Amino acid sequence: MNIISVSHISKIYKTEAMETVALNDVSFEIKKGEFVAIMGPSGSGKSTLMHILGALDLPSTGAYVLDGENVENLTDDELADIRNRKIGFIFQSFNLLPRTTTMKNVMLPMLYAGVPKEQRLNRAKKYLEMVGLGDRLEHTSNQISGGQQQRVAIARALVLNPSILLADEPTGNIASVQAEEIMAIFTKLHRQGHTIIMITHEPDIAAHAKRIIHLKDGKIS
Amino acid sequence: MEYAEILSEAVGTLRVNKIRTGLAVLGIVIGIGSVIALISLGQATQQAVQTQIQSLGANLLTVNPGAQRTGAVRGAGGGNTTLTNEDAAAIASSPQITTIKNVSPEFSRRTQVATGKSNTNTQVIGVTSLYADVHKTVVATGNFINDRDVESMSKVAVIGPQVATDLFGEGSTPVGQTIRITGQTFTIIGITQSKGGTGFLNQDDIIFVPLSTAQKQLFGVNYVSSIGLEAKSSDVMPQAQNEVGYLLLTRHKFNDPAQADFSIFSQQDILDTASSTTGMFTSLLSGIAAISLLVGGIGIMNIMLVTVTERTREIGLRKALGAKKKVIIIQFLTESILLTFTGGVLGIIVGVIASFIIARAVNAPFLVSPTAILLAFIVSAAIGIVFGWYPAHKAASLQPIEALRYE
Repeated sequence: MNIISVSHISKIYKTEAMETVALNDVSFEIKKGEFVAIMGPSGSGKSTLMHILGALDLPSTGAYVLDGENVENLTDDELADIRNRKIGFIFQSFNLLPRTTTMKNVMLPMLYAGVPKEQRLNRAKKYLEMVGLGDRLEHTSNQISGGQQQRVAIARALVLNPSILLADEPTGNIASVQAEEIMAIFTKLHRQGHTIIMITHEPDIAAHAKRIIHLKDGKIS
Repeated sequence: MEYAEILSEAVGTLRVNKIRTGLAVLGIVIGIGSVIALISLGQATQQAVQTQIQSLGANLLTVNPGAQRTGAVRGAGGGNTTLTNEDAAAIASSPQITTIKNVSPEFSRRTQVATGKSNTNTQVIGVTSLYADVHKTVVATGNFINDRDVESMSKVAVIGPQVATDLFGEGSTPVGQTIRITGQTFTIIGITQSKGGTGFLNQDDIIFVPLSTAQKQLFGVNYVSSIGLEAKSSDVMPQAQNEVGYLLLTRHKFNDPAQADFSIFSQQDILDTASSTTGMFTSLLSGIAAISLLVGGIGIMNIMLVTVTERTREIGLRKALGAKKKVIIIQFLTESILLTFTGGVLGIIVGVIASFIIARAVNAPFLVSPTAILLAFIVSAAIGIVFGWYPAHKAASLQPIEALRYE
């Protein structure tokens, strides 16, 4: 069963002087439970692809179906809803709320989803324990290391049980020992049946994935 | 997402940035505080002036001689000799006059007054016992002039506290001692309570003697310089003015009111003039305060705009995690309203303290206007909405990709 179906999508950025083709007729499918890495040098269009897959942006042409829902001609608020329910984001620079406790960070997506407070607390605690931060619940994001911050981000991404986990260079900003820990978590999540899409330019990180999609000049190569 | 949660989120972000929050609040505190302090000061002044004028006598009408118009020239007020004791008696006894409670014929003149060692130039005023009722004069020590003093032309005097100080020294109570007025010896039988006032309104620099004594023994006249009238209530003031005017016109044999050789002033006229003056003063002060409030509001908008720029990444993140436009708008609006609301409450406290200090410093009554507080409250909340709207809208319209990329 395909959880992601991308057919013939292109993204063209237009300015007055010129047209830039960031994605050119890209098609692929990702099945439920797959662990896929998207690789490519900078300027290959992988960020653009990740924005589209993350429902942060819409393609210029082509169709994108995420977990049975057609992501097309949606309003900002409808896109926000899709991101909230179906996508768990893990960013290169973690993007935790500054000076805010790990608990509150993990509870944030549940707040926007309207989960009752009692459940929010329980689930945040459960997922933080799962990523090994059960003893860091009341630490603020600037009191913990980069690797720990990324683990908080993973807990935050998982907490609403999304259709896909979308990781953009998840180890790009952390030391290699901690990077291995993060990848170990990813491998574990994959075994548990989560669908993971990871964007990276590091071959040894991409090697953890079961399938690699190579992108070059806006095309799958 | 429930509003209580948005509120606690907003409180959280405001607490995280204490200095920025404090500075934004300070602008509103100063704005609201000055509005309350200045309005209260204005109203205290207004009340002080009104109390002062009312202390001259409630529901008071004053008949003065002269002031008739000859062409465009107005005769010098008070110089005429057309009002008599009989006029006063007629007002008191006429069956046509139904609205006057007390009639007080008065004769006053400035003259030299002396004791053995010191002397002063002051107002000597011949009165009957009713003067005290009409002008609300209260005797602090001793007695006021009574009817027997007037009948028997006694050489007795009631003096104001200022005169007592001038002639006998600070804090003295010279009842029973004597003073010389135009060379004649008077015994002091009472000292009035201080009414305050300055200049021509000074009710403390005055000496009361029996009317008959003043007219016949001191100054050798057979007219009065004014007649004070106390109306039965403030509602009948215009009617009282008409009744007395008509009676006096008849007695003085004039048909045309424009020819009258007397004029009647109402206490209300003076009060109205004074009120409108002090009211203007209050409006002026409020205007100045409103400007500082506006500046405070723009300060809030500025801080909120800076906040939006500074928190671009955070806003992007929130949107990436599923925050809808409305939620972001409400969050930012809540933050700015919280800022102005806190500023408003603190501003009210500061304003009340400031008006207390000012009242003490300028010796005005301490008075806090509930209207000013209510107004300040509403205005501060409104500033939060008005000046918070644009930054909130700007934040909510940020594209999540742009926002996340922002460094």
